[in-house]
Formats: sequence, structure tokens, C-alpha cells
Amino acid sequence: MPETKQPIIQIRNVSKRFGKVTAVDNISLDILAGEFFVLLGPSGCGKTTLLRMIAGFEMPTEGQIIIDGQDMSLVPPNKRPVNMVFQSYAVFPHMNVTDNVGYGLRIAGVGKGEIRDRVAEALELVKLGGFEDRMPDQMSGGQRQRVALARSLVMRPKVLLLDEPLSALDAKLRAQMQFELSDLQDKVGITFVTVTHDQDEALSMASRVAVINKGEVAQLAGPSDLYEYPANRFVADFVGSVNIFEGKLTLDEPDKAAVDCPGLGKIYLNHGVTGPHGADVWVALRPEKIYLHVPGAGKAIRAAAQDAPDGHNLARGTIKGMSYLGDITLYEIQLEGGQVIRVSRPNLSRHDQEDFTWDDKVSMHWRADSPVVLLS
Amino acid sequence: MALFRSAPIAPLEYTRKLWMRGWVGLTMLFLYAPLLVLMVFSFNDSKRNVVWKGFTLKYYEKALNNDSLVEALVNSLTIAFLATIISLVIGALAAVMLWRFRFPFKGLVEGTMSLPIIVPEICLGVAFLIFFAKVEWPTDLMWPLNLSAITIAHITFCFPFVAMVVRARLASFNKEEEEAAKDLGATEWQAFRDVLLPHIQPGLVAGALLAFTLSLDDFVITFFTSGPDTITFPVKVYSMVRFSVTPEVNAASTLLILLTVILTFIALKVQGVKGITETH
Repeated sequence: MPETKQPIIQIRNVSKRFGKVTAVDNISLDILAGEFFVLLGPSGCGKTTLLRMIAGFEMPTEGQIIIDGQDMSLVPPNKRPVNMVFQSYAVFPHMNVTDNVGYGLRIAGVGKGEIRDRVAEALELVKLGGFEDRMPDQMSGGQRQRVALARSLVMRPKVLLLDEPLSALDAKLRAQMQFELSDLQDKVGITFVTVTHDQDEALSMASRVAVINKGEVAQLAGPSDLYEYPANRFVADFVGSVNIFEGKLTLDEPDKAAVDCPGLGKIYLNHGVTGPHGADVWVALRPEKIYLHVPGAGKAIRAAAQDAPDGHNLARGTIKGMSYLGDITLYEIQLEGGQVIRVSRPNLSRHDQEDFTWDDKVSMHWRADSPVVLLS
Repeated sequence: MALFRSAPIAPLEYTRKLWMRGWVGLTMLFLYAPLLVLMVFSFNDSKRNVVWKGFTLKYYEKALNNDSLVEALVNSLTIAFLATIISLVIGALAAVMLWRFRFPFKGLVEGTMSLPIIVPEICLGVAFLIFFAKVEWPTDLMWPLNLSAITIAHITFCFPFVAMVVRARLASFNKEEEEAAKDLGATEWQAFRDVLLPHIQPGLVAGALLAFTLSLDDFVITFFTSGPDTITFPVKVYSMVRFSVTPEVNAASTLLILLTVILTFIALKVQGVKGITETH
């Protein structure tokens, strides 16, 4: 949790154009001191360009980047109070671990004794004690990343920038590093700004996430808000898996709303959406928020869906595909209207995945607080 | 018994196949027999290089006492040393420029730079002869300034090789390393010195070796740019051979081979074979 709510980085109407290509299009956002901020987006969305502008490797075409109260838009990278961990780690191959980590301090002219102490402290922090004399080619990718981390942290930057920090690690190590990075950030209290295209990474580590699409901020929110209250179709689709149906808003009052979806049926929500009546809207429904029932369980379904008026939040279809993933099973169900909806079901007992199989007729229901109505 | 029974030869174990070994032997013979003959006959106690008459070292003595031959050797080494140093600087800078920057007519610059490698040596030689005559390059300077014309000519065909080798090495450089150095506070120059230079160092050693040997044994271009006071070793040997092929020539050549082998050996020791041969 951020202790102070002061913005450490202020990005003001920043645009970056490479020739005719606009990589970053008029982005404004504040990054608060002490938070773990994640820039999330598909490749080529401009998130890395934005990070490189904060680091000083690119200059904004328009706008200002203010770091700790000072306009840094045109200041070269070696004069900025930020440090970066590169995607390739960029550990200097001809220097051992100690020389790598101490490089920035040597350049800054720090005394030998202090360098030794601070390097030892940084290596301890990233759990690389005992690796002082190793050369980078004698280390694994994960260890090299720790060297890169220590090399940046030893400079005691105001902000630490991380470019796709986990993309080169294997799945197990990645999960472990996610926790370690969060832990490390807690310990040192430095603001972390991370770029990633991996939503799991963003959701698990971030205090706030900016989803970037085509050079613009699609949504800026905390991880759970991003997942449960996406602001538009792009965010709903990019963060997690989702079913999206087009429909018309037929009812919109402060405590309830209804959408008529030709593909899915009548949708009822137990809260208002403040959209224009009769407007074209989209309904987003997460696969795990849909309950599956065997046919003929009509009474049970009606009982389960009682938070909605009769005939709402129900659907019927045929299972056309399934994939068993161990902890859950994913079903692709063709609705009576012809469209396909994805449903996931936790395997709470060892035989749960045997309840349904291909070509089974099934019924579905969902709760009135599950669908999200999107206006764009 | 079982200890000496050899395992059957696997399909890809070419080095254990007899015909392969024979083939490699023949290749070696083809490549090195002439050199071997040259070296052996430098110890031949005969005025003519045809029949073996017995062992002697007198031609080495003779060669080392031949003032004009020693002078030519000193000239050659001086030229090679100067040409290598200057080619190294120009070549490395050219390579870094072509790798780092984008500018108009870059392709043209790149092509023109490697022209001295492609153009036949004889054309370069004639061109230099005409050029130095036209600009009336002073020829009566004191040593080593009188070697300037040859040195300039040698730099012309040496530095593109250095540039080529260094560029190949630069291709494997991770630009993020340089950015990391700057990110940690290094200036442009510090990043170059601490990160880029160590990376291209094997290329520099290999390029220097190449430039030195190219310069040392160049005959054609040197022949056209040398004057009566600036005979180099290859030109001197050529003039001796024209007179007669005596074991003295063999002895001098053997010394030159020994010199280049020792230099290469030192360079490889300093750098490590791996550093020079591997591209990444």
C-alpha cells in the first residue's frame, strides 16, 4: 500500500511519434510514490515506448514527464533518478557480479568502502550472497536477472523501471519471481513501474494497472476492479477470458437494469448502468460466473436464478467442445441462437469432469450481479 | 583383451575412418609441403636449391649479416606496425559509425569503404604511383618519414579488413547493455569505454593481426610505391630471387614465417582462441 499519495511521476499529455507511426497518443497519468504500477497491453501498444520515455531513452514528441517534481522530458538517462531492469537483463558479460552491481556507484565516484558495503547489501537483498565473483555466463537466466535487479537497486533510485521482467523465465520460476518482486518492493519501498503483456503478472503484482491500447490508456484501475469492472470491451477481453454479446438497453433504473441480447436472451442486473435508454450496448460475462446444469433441472435453476425475474439470466445450449485442465474444465457451448459461449467449471471432486460430455444438452444460469454492461 | 578392442565406428565418427584420415593428410601435405621444403633447404649446404648437400647454418648468418636485407626487414616491420595502429583506429571508428548511425548514402559509403578489398592490387598500385607522383610526395625525407607513402597505401587496403571484422563483432552486441550503462549514470564516452570496447576487443585483436600480416607481406602495391631507399622485405626478396635463388632467401623467408607465427601465437594467447573465432 502506498504510504504517501504524492505522485512521483506525472505524465502530462505525452505523445510519441516515430515518423508517421504514433506509438503513444496523448497519455496523461500519475504514478504514486511507493506503488507497484503496471503498464499492461498487447505487443506494439506503446507501453514499452512509454517506459523508455520515463527512463530517458526516448524523448516525447509532445507533453511533459515530471519525475519527483522536476520536468525531465529532455533530460538524458544518465541524469535521471530512475533505474531500469532491461528485458534482456543487459548484465555486462565481461564483469563479475560485484563489478556489475558496483558499476553505477563507481561511475558516480562513490568511495571504495561504501561501494563494497552497498554492493553486499544489494546482493543480500536479491539473495545472491556468495555469487560475488561469478561471471554472468556462469549463471542462469534467473540469477542474471537478480544481478540486474541488484545493479539498479544499489543506486537507490526514486523509481525502478522493469521491462517485461518475467517474460524470459520458465513458468515455475515466473510464479516465484512474481511473489519475490512484490516482496522486494515492500522491503525497499521504491516505486516500481513494470511493463508486461501478461495479465496474470499484472493482476498478481500490481497495486494499480494501466491497460494501454493503441497508444492510449484504456483503463486505469486496481487489479480486481480491472477484472470485475472493465470499462470497455478491449479491457474485458484483454484481461482474462470473457463472453461478449451485443444487445439493447431496455431498462435502466438506479437499482436494476435489463438488456435484451438476441444471441443470449434477456439479461437482468441488480444495479443501474446509467446508459442511454435503447442504446446499443455489450454484455460481458466471465466463463467462471456461469453455472451449468443437467437438463430437466428446471426447478433447481429457477430457484438458483431467483434474484432475477422469470425468464432472465437463463440460457440453453449443446456442448460442442471441452478441455480438461485439471483444476477446471472449459466448455464451449453452442446456444440455441447459434452463438458459442464459454463456461468454466471447477472440478471440486475427482469425478466432476464426468458430469458433462460432448453433445450434452445443458442449461445455464448466472447471478444478477455477474454480467457487466459495456457502453463502448 | 577387452581393453584394446575398439568400439565399432559409428556413422558420424568421420575422424576414425581411414579414408577420411588419408584425405586430411593429403590436404595438409598439399598446403604445407612447399613451406616445409623451403624451410628444410634453408639449412642446405649448397649454392643451389636443388640437391641436399648437408646441414649448415651459414646462410642464416649470411642473411643476418646482409645489411640491405635487414634494413628491408626493419622497414617492413615499421610500416606494418604504423599501418596496423592507424588502420585499427580508422577501421574501428568506421565500423562503429556504420553500425550505430543511419545517414543519407550510407550504402554508398559502406560500398566505397570496402572497395580497396575488391579492386585488384595492381590497379591500386598503379593508382598510388600516379597519385604520389602527381602530388609530388616528398621522397627524400629521413627515416622513417620516407616510409610515409607506403604506409598510407597500406592503411588504404588494411583498414577495410579491420572494419569488416569489427562490424561482424558488433552485430552480436546487445544494445541494451550500452543503455544499461547510461541508465546507471555513464556518459556516452564512459559507456563506449566500459561496455562497447570490451565487447569488440576480440575483433580489434583479430583485425590488428589481419592488418599486420597483410601489410608485412604485401608486394604488388609496395612495389609501385617504394623508392630506392625504401625497399621492404618482400620487394628485397623478389630482387634477390631475380638474381638467383640461394638458400639465403630461404633462410630469410623462414625467419619471416617464424616471426608471423610467433606474433599470431602471442595474439591468441593474449586474447584466447575462443574470443577471436567465436562471433557471439
